Amino acid sequence: MIKNLVFQCFDAFFLLAFSPLVIGIIRKTKARFLLKQGPSLLQPYYDLMKLFRKEVTLPDSASWLFKATPYVVFTFSWLAASLVPTFSTNLLFSKTADLIAIVALLGTARFFLSLAALDAGTSFGGLGSSRESLIASLAEPAMIMIIFTIALVAKSTDLSAISTFMISGQAGLRVSLWLALASLVLVAIAENGRIPVDNPATHLELTMIHEAMILEYSGKYLALLEVASQLKIVLYLSLVAAVFFPFGMSTMGSGISSFFIGLFTYIAKIGLGASMLGFFEILVAKMRLFKIPNFLGAAFMLALLATVLLFVSRSL
Amino acid sequence: MNEYLLKGLLFIFIFYISFVVLAKNNFRFIYWLSVCYSGFGLLCSLSFLLSGQSSQSISFPLGLPTTGAHFKIDALASFFLLIVNLGSFVSSFYGIGYGSHTSEQSRTLPFYIIFLGSMNMVLLAADAFSFLFFWELMSLSSWALVMSSHQHKETAEAGFIYILMASLGTFALLFALSLIAAPSKSYCFDQMGKVSMDGKLASLIFLLALLGAGSKAGLIPLHVWLPKAHPAAPSHVSALMSGVMTKVAVYGFIRIVFELLPSQEKWWSILILIIAGISTVVGVLYALMQHDIKRLLAYHTIENIGIVFIGIGLSMAFKIYGMTAASALAMTAALFHALNHSIFKNLLFLGSGAIQSATDQRDMEKLGGLILNMPHTAFTFLIGSVAISALPPLNGFVSEWLLMQSILQSPQLPSWGMKFLVPSVGAFLALSAALAASCFIKVYGITFLGRPRSMQSTVASETDRWSVLAMYALAFLCIIFGIFPRLVIHLLGPVVRAIAATHYFPLSAKSFFMPLSLVVDQNAYNGFVLVLLLGIFLFFILISVKWLSSNQFRRTPIWDCGYPEKSPDCQYTANSFAQPIRKVFGPFLFATKEKVVCSEPWYPKAAKMIVKLHDQIWEYLYKPVAMAIDRISEKINFLQFLTVRRYLVLVFLTLVCLLGCLAFLL
Repeated sequence: MIKNLVFQCFDAFFLLAFSPLVIGIIRKTKARFLLKQGPSLLQPYYDLMKLFRKEVTLPDSASWLFKATPYVVFTFSWLAASLVPTFSTNLLFSKTADLIAIVALLGTARFFLSLAALDAGTSFGGLGSSRESLIASLAEPAMIMIIFTIALVAKSTDLSAISTFMISGQAGLRVSLWLALASLVLVAIAENGRIPVDNPATHLELTMIHEAMILEYSGKYLALLEVASQLKIVLYLSLVAAVFFPFGMSTMGSGISSFFIGLFTYIAKIGLGASMLGFFEILVAKMRLFKIPNFLGAAFMLALLATVLLFVSRSL
Repeated sequence: MNEYLLKGLLFIFIFYISFVVLAKNNFRFIYWLSVCYSGFGLLCSLSFLLSGQSSQSISFPLGLPTTGAHFKIDALASFFLLIVNLGSFVSSFYGIGYGSHTSEQSRTLPFYIIFLGSMNMVLLAADAFSFLFFWELMSLSSWALVMSSHQHKETAEAGFIYILMASLGTFALLFALSLIAAPSKSYCFDQMGKVSMDGKLASLIFLLALLGAGSKAGLIPLHVWLPKAHPAAPSHVSALMSGVMTKVAVYGFIRIVFELLPSQEKWWSILILIIAGISTVVGVLYALMQHDIKRLLAYHTIENIGIVFIGIGLSMAFKIYGMTAASALAMTAALFHALNHSIFKNLLFLGSGAIQSATDQRDMEKLGGLILNMPHTAFTFLIGSVAISALPPLNGFVSEWLLMQSILQSPQLPSWGMKFLVPSVGAFLALSAALAASCFIKVYGITFLGRPRSMQSTVASETDRWSVLAMYALAFLCIIFGIFPRLVIHLLGPVVRAIAATHYFPLSAKSFFMPLSLVVDQNAYNGFVLVLLLGIFLFFILISVKWLSSNQFRRTPIWDCGYPEKSPDCQYTANSFAQPIRKVFGPFLFATKEKVVCSEPWYPKAAKMIVKLHDQIWEYLYKPVAMAIDRISEKINFLQFLTVRRYLVLVFLTLVCLLGCLAFLL
């Protein structure tokens, strides 16, 4: 109990401290593959510190919702991220929310962010909010199908139980899991607004989505929203790691050494995942907005296929 | 004790109805009386559900000569009594304040009372005759309420379609009930379900019940009247029609199909799941295309009714294949969602009523920025929007979570059709939840946020105290049922046991508060701990941000990438918000036609964009029928202009025909 609580607290704060570094890794990888030097790995930390120290400017027309949203988004994203098993499967609060609830927590965060984008009454805010809604609406069914696939294989929607099951190797090689993995990668790219769905490096472009929503934010509010989106990327990377590549995780009843092994393998896994994401991003160009339904439709069909396979046969 | 409760309910009903005559225009008195009446109903249903007693019945020598009128209170009826009376309690309370904003109270008051009373009586009725009598009374009184602002052309059309569909529904139920009654030779519900029945006849009864209850509930394709009629009534009546009356239809369906019919056929559940799955997605997509708040909310009811029916369909499928625990789980989810929907849909309709009385507008495109002028309405509406979008930690998420969990039980179903259907229904459910969130981002963002788009919206002021109190009460319930779902599960225990023969969540005295988590196959959701954790995390962030950051701020004009537009018309509108979704789903569903009209460059004039949406169901299902009726009536129109001689010939021929038929049959 106490050990689990310590693990849970450590996990939450470790994620908070670690997530800007993940962004640093992605940016560094991109820069290196483009034969550039790139900013330091620690640059996201410097940016955040700078933002926190800056004065906040609030639009005239903004209401209390505009001020509350960064806190809401941050809290929900942080809680969701810390409920995903990272280096250990025994987290104290894994019985609080299962995978469906974790995804829904991110949904609440997005709901408030989309509202805040409409609050100032700007055309860019509405644009971002409206497009984010489209992507979210299309990504959600795919995500639920992925959850169904995983849950039917592991016979649980509880992430700790899923990881434990996957570590035990009972799942074996299954077509449905590979389909679900492919689909999850597509959904994760769309949900986090990465290339080719959205370009996080753009500003002042008619194609922007996430950036358009947070355009009116500054100072500490912007910093909170930045950290929230970094946490979201880490969440999806951890989700892929915890479900599909759970090796090295410390499990129930193992000693302190497994804790360190788990931590190091986790950092290595996420680092690898982040650099693969960076590498992938230099390979593709951003899509047109109305190509995104095809992209997410593919994700949905893959996941639906995986689920139907499992409904039809228990061993596929 | 329950016998007295039932007698009391019936007695007070008569007492209550008689006040129509006594208190003519004193609307406060009538609404206070309604508050007391539904408060009493609420207490009765709660006491019945909590005491866990068996049913109580009573009969009067009224109604049909040989049958009499039977009334019964049992677990199922009392749970729906809870929904009805909770809704009408709050709506009547709201009416106390809302009444002062509206004129011509006498158009609504008498029918309001009859409407409330008849909804209660439908639930208590225990024989076919009184059931249908009060069902029809409910339809007619709600029709009169819809017609209360009959001056508008739209209202007249809505009323016409409503009365047609309501008659069709009652007609179907009449047939269904008499077909059940025929073999058992009794109109009393207690005897009706006991006789075994031919499969084909049972299927016919099922279809009729689906037609009758489905048209009242608003399942697609029987929904056409709903988005026209619900918004036309005064807001607290819309709230009752959308949030509560649709649940009475759900009750009727469950009563007939699960209780009066001895067994269920396999394909029934498939049909229900298909219709319900389509209703969820199509309902919410229709809602997304609207910019009239009340019409949007009415369309959204179709989605939620679809969700309830998904639960019912799954429950039926599990029951047929003998998986009683899973059946109980699905039924719990369905009934939980029915209660949830009645709460947040009431809340949202009351909020839209507050907006309407403050701004005289229902069109979102003319609102905006109301969060500053109407802080209480804005706050409660936000709670309702989060709840209806099925987002944690509020109540909408809990029922959706339960439904997802019951879908995960379904791979054990042996039927191949089900194996393909159920995952798709799950996908539909997820899609509709996500679209619902988009829909309410739109409603809230355009109506309450941004800059005001009209004068009325700029000068709007907060609504009266009664209305605010009613809305806070419902918002409070949204939060409480999200954090402590066990409260509802506990109430649902006897109901689910009555329908599904077992219950998923074991009932014990302790389970009222502890444990707080919902556990399905070791998958747990614990709303209370979730909220606790959110609180702790939030506290930590607030403290650390205060310590870490500069805490300086100033108000500035909006930045908007350096090109701010002065005019509030340049903001995103409800239509432009929905444009991407319309572009993706529209061509398939609505056959959308978009046209941009630009003037010539040398003749500066405002450009226009015309969007035309076609309701495919209306055009391909209802229009042909209406046209056929038109054509036939034109053809036989000449019968109106005959001479007396010819009429006499016609009468004679008819008589001969009838006698011939009789001779042939006997």
